[in-house]
Amino acid sequence: MGDCMERPLTRHLRPDLEPLSIEEYEKAGGYQAVRMTLREQTPQEVIGIVKDSGLRGRGGAGFPTGVKWGFVPSGPDVPSPKYLVVNGDEMEPGTFKDRLLLEGNPHQLLEGVILAAYAIQARVAFIFLRAEYGMAARRMRRAIEEAQVKGWLGRRILGTDFDLEVHVHGSAGRYICGEETALLNSLEGRRATPRSKPPFPLQVGLWGRPALVNNVETLCNIPAILNNGADWFKGLGRGGDAGTKIYGASGKVRRPGLWELPMGTTAREIIEEHAGGMRDGLALRGFLPGGASTRFLTDQHLDVKLDFGSVEKAGSRLGTGTMIVLDDRTCPVGLARNLVHFFAQESCGWCTPCREGLPWLVKILSALEAGEGQPEDLEILREQVGRIAPGHTYCALAPGAMDPLGSALDCFGDEFERHIREKRCPWKSDGRGTP
Amino acid sequence: MSVEVGWTGDAMSRVTIRVDGRIHAVKAGQNLLQAILSLGLRLPYFCWHPALNSVGACRQCAVKQFKDENDTRGRIVMACMTPVTEGMRVSVEDPEAKAFRKGVIEWLMLNHPHDCPVCDEGGACHLQDMTVMAEHSVRRSRFPKRTHRNQNLGPFLHHEMNRCIQCYRCVRFYRDYAGGRDFDVLGAHDRVYFGRHEEGTLESPFSGNLVEVCPTGVFTDKTFRKHYTRKWDLQFAPSVCPSCAVGCNTSPGERYGTVRCVLNRFNPDVNGYFLCDRGRFGYEQVNSDRRILKPLRRMEKKGTLVPVEAGTAFEGLPEGFSDPGRVIGIGSPRASLEANFALRTLVGPECFYAGVSSGEYRLTRTVLQIFREGTVRAPSVAEIEQCDAVVVLGEDLTNGAPRVALAVRQSVRNKPMERADRLAIPRWDDAAVRNCAQSEKKGPLLVATPSADSLDDLASWQYRAAPPDVARLGFALAHAVCPDAPAIADLSEGVQRLVDEVAQALVGSEKVAVLTGVGCGCEDVLRAAANLAWALKAREKDAYLYCALPERNSMGLALLEGQDLEAAFQLTGTSAPRTVLVLENDLFRRADVGTVTEFFDRVEHVVAIDCFETATTQQADRVLPAAPFTETAGTLVSAEGRAQRFFACLPPKEGVPDAWRWVCDLARCLGRSESMAWETLDDVIASLAQALPAFEAVVRVAPPACFRINGQKIPRQPWRSSGRTALQAHRNLHEPAPPDDPDSPLAFSMEGCEGSVPDAVRPFSWTPGWNSASGSGGHTDDETNPEEASEVLLIGPGRDVVSPGRFFDLIPAAFERRPGEWLLVPSYRLFGSEELSALAPAIAERIEKPCLSLNTRDAEALGCGGGDEIRVTAGSRSFCLPLVIEPSLPAGVAGVPSGVSGLKWMALPQWGRIAPGGTK
Repeated sequence: MGDCMERPLTRHLRPDLEPLSIEEYEKAGGYQAVRMTLREQTPQEVIGIVKDSGLRGRGGAGFPTGVKWGFVPSGPDVPSPKYLVVNGDEMEPGTFKDRLLLEGNPHQLLEGVILAAYAIQARVAFIFLRAEYGMAARRMRRAIEEAQVKGWLGRRILGTDFDLEVHVHGSAGRYICGEETALLNSLEGRRATPRSKPPFPLQVGLWGRPALVNNVETLCNIPAILNNGADWFKGLGRGGDAGTKIYGASGKVRRPGLWELPMGTTAREIIEEHAGGMRDGLALRGFLPGGASTRFLTDQHLDVKLDFGSVEKAGSRLGTGTMIVLDDRTCPVGLARNLVHFFAQESCGWCTPCREGLPWLVKILSALEAGEGQPEDLEILREQVGRIAPGHTYCALAPGAMDPLGSALDCFGDEFERHIREKRCPWKSDGRGTP
Repeated sequence: MSVEVGWTGDAMSRVTIRVDGRIHAVKAGQNLLQAILSLGLRLPYFCWHPALNSVGACRQCAVKQFKDENDTRGRIVMACMTPVTEGMRVSVEDPEAKAFRKGVIEWLMLNHPHDCPVCDEGGACHLQDMTVMAEHSVRRSRFPKRTHRNQNLGPFLHHEMNRCIQCYRCVRFYRDYAGGRDFDVLGAHDRVYFGRHEEGTLESPFSGNLVEVCPTGVFTDKTFRKHYTRKWDLQFAPSVCPSCAVGCNTSPGERYGTVRCVLNRFNPDVNGYFLCDRGRFGYEQVNSDRRILKPLRRMEKKGTLVPVEAGTAFEGLPEGFSDPGRVIGIGSPRASLEANFALRTLVGPECFYAGVSSGEYRLTRTVLQIFREGTVRAPSVAEIEQCDAVVVLGEDLTNGAPRVALAVRQSVRNKPMERADRLAIPRWDDAAVRNCAQSEKKGPLLVATPSADSLDDLASWQYRAAPPDVARLGFALAHAVCPDAPAIADLSEGVQRLVDEVAQALVGSEKVAVLTGVGCGCEDVLRAAANLAWALKAREKDAYLYCALPERNSMGLALLEGQDLEAAFQLTGTSAPRTVLVLENDLFRRADVGTVTEFFDRVEHVVAIDCFETATTQQADRVLPAAPFTETAGTLVSAEGRAQRFFACLPPKEGVPDAWRWVCDLARCLGRSESMAWETLDDVIASLAQALPAFEAVVRVAPPACFRINGQKIPRQPWRSSGRTALQAHRNLHEPAPPDDPDSPLAFSMEGCEGSVPDAVRPFSWTPGWNSASGSGGHTDDETNPEEASEVLLIGPGRDVVSPGRFFDLIPAAFERRPGEWLLVPSYRLFGSEELSALAPAIAERIEKPCLSLNTRDAEALGCGGGDEIRVTAGSRSFCLPLVIEPSLPAGVAGVPSGVSGLKWMALPQWGRIAPGGTK
């Protein structure tokens, strides 16, 4: 096993990022896992291997994938068909890792889909893609056609009695569809409003039948796990978690981008080595480790291993593993305003704290930016962050929006105060930065 | 009752919960919000509604829940989404929970206009009540508010979207509960919009409920707006809807002699929380300029009617007016039991005629026979809601008995909801339950009607056929369910397959309602429905049979056992009447113009007692003005057989007496007052109960006029501390004495007893802090005191056991179309077919142009298309109507509008000829 075996997700990507054709993918060993698994392994065995591998969901929550698969009801009394749904609604600000996998190697995802569907005995799969991912959708559709021709999809795959049809569904463009129950409502043709749980999607998912929802990156790991075994996958991680992760960095670093690295790589290594450090003359003030809805970490946390447990211990979440870096010349109030504005726009409008609370915060933060902040604004901001908390809202969107704002207030509170004191945004008037 | 739909488990079992340190026993299976409200504690809420259940959207009912006695921090939970469990510890008063609830109001108020002084909801607004309850008072936001464009939603509802607090109740009621499709939630984030995709009249027959479902002033009553007054200035009465035979309970509101609005009056067995639009907006009939307020008299034959003073109403009665046997009385299904009974007493039973057409008379007699001799009773609306299988035979329920159709919409969910039970999802968790149930088979519901039906969207099976074939299907079903019921030969293979499938589903159900009615005018349909219900009963099902009737007191009149109207017309020679007394009845709606005119010509003196000018009053020699339902009291018997009392909302205008009092005056005039020495309504009721055994129980319908609480009458007006009596102060400082009401324990005043009153005489719903109709009085109305339950059912199963010989066995022949002729079947419309609601301007605006309907091929064969003028001829009657294509109608059957004003009466169903023709 050479270097490329340490990068199971991206090793086949072409330098020009054009997608692999089915022939190229097969030649590189693609669909071998399907061939082997469908012929030699029972669904239960597949679930067992994925459980053993320690793979955790890459959509942000980090739930153990094999365990989730094991919860899918089976047996003659289960409503049929069961569905597999791929969550490719990658709309988290600062996150673009799934896009790389979708566009660069659609067959790899498709192979993961076939294996996961086999494991839970789903006969229909939907790949739900972000509205803007038009190229990904075209490439996925093409890959599905190719796979159908080759017999990897359709009826009686490889002569077994396993059938699978896969559909690509382009989202209408709402961030809330990344929330799995809102995604399912949207797929059913309803408003993308999250659902009350229980019932969980594994019991009542799509059109009343069980549905398993997995992230794109999660499923792309499956072929390699089944080809190489659970122990191999576990060995890839550096810290507490198994496998590799596509990490990313955006913001004013020298080389923003994505890198497949062992789980548990430190933030310092990603920012300083892979992203090439901060741009000239800029210093790091903080970073959101896993997309917009995670709490700020600061330069004290650069050596935190970016795995689920370590980041949580440091006070934030690994999330999608794609960090947004804040430098010392970008206004943290402006960044917070920008992010809260995004979440306010993307609120589905169902519950009061999110629908009414977030726009109020945007107005206050905009006032601060415009030099119209009032002394009591800070108190309101802090109070609202505490009030829009998990359990107080219908879903996690609004509390997620409070993570960057609340941690910005904690880490950069003096900057907020300065906006109010000086009645201006200090970064705008002195021409040093562009928020 | 409707609120129980949301509960699982044994309604009687209880759990112990600790709220702010105090221990309470509450009903198991409910959610914490229901439990807290049932204890009379104050917890604000918006999105929860006792009939719509919980969705957890507004986050207003937050409370603290503690794991155990050692947990001092607790966590905030939404009470509406939290099941009550044994030993649970919660706090409503917890400072963090209170601050959160106050904060939720603050969020909602960020964009809610401060327009309460000019808002129709002000003073009866759930949002106001909840704002006060949550103690939010100071606005901290300095930013501008969001605004929306409003829509013109038609004559019933006014739309003011800026006031919306996005509780989602409206869309959940309109779409999920009532099945409407032309209203939705649009947009997202803080621009969520509740309305139609484009401006236009709301189509649902239940749209008016948005007025009460909306917790603030987004949807308000447009008819009320035209003569608006604050709720606290209204005077209410416990009333019963006059628009059909379902008998929904209402609270009409009045001020300065004008009825201003109608609110729903909660009755767990009948209407629950909802009314239909005809019931809600038809009230303006009483303000119509067709009201008769003075007695009228024709001074000479063929002369004009001139108003006379009330005291002189009986002057100049013709010679021999009182000759025994020569005075006949024609009663009415829209008059109260008491008025009909008074007339019957005056003329004697043998001279009392039940003013309905011979066809309708025959049908209602059949309905009575079915209940008197059968094994199955009629269900309440709430019982229909709880059925797990429903068969509709021949009746267009949405147009004829709309509240029943709304109940059917809920009953089809009962079987699918069992999946939620299996997944341990409580039934009050509405969104989750609907999600679980969505893939389950609805129903079973069979809709067998002559043409497309509004319930078709829910139907497991639709069957379109001429009335005799609908009846045959019913007979066949009865036989398939129970072989003792007579079999039916020569069914087509397709129909037989349908019969087998439906019968299997019915036998597999537990509670089955067979819903039929007199709407399609076919006795065989009624008999078939009876056979099916009896067959189900024989198979030990909880079987019910509902027969929809056309008018508010059709059942009461039938129980009074008059004779056929046709029989009155046929009286000739020595038995020919010299005088006819017509009670609240327009005979031109019951029989052919020629027949009625000829009858009136033969009679020396026609006396009409009515509230409104009709073709009959125009022909009468003497007209006596009667008080309409808002100005008099009386008893009505619903199609279910439920006797219910309605009370006057205001004193009679210009002293216009109750119809029964006119009859008493006449009796005195005729020297026949010995058996009618009645002073009050209670005297009439006592006589009625004594005279006819069927009405024995009528005295128990409501407390008598002498009923007092702590020695006081029940106030009709909401209590207020100032203002009301100052209005006349420039003329007279003294407070005028409230007018007397000898017929009820209610006072035309805000003074009287305080606190809870029996349901039957509760004029309006109000408890301190809960001023709005959408707040359902702040408590879940399930806790009715069994001692005060005043349910009086006048018809019940005549026998308990099904015996094979007791089924109807006259099976009609299959429908065969006749060359050149069509079977004309009545088509009853929600708006327009009912006589008096059509007088209300808002309802009148919704009346569609009467049309003749034919299926596509029949129309093609005639060479006609939609909109073409068609001539319909039946017997000697003939009229022209525009054609409308109704593809669902069977070939050889044509739909003719029934009861629509301006269209001559025609006996329906009957065979007739149809031809293209524009000339009238």
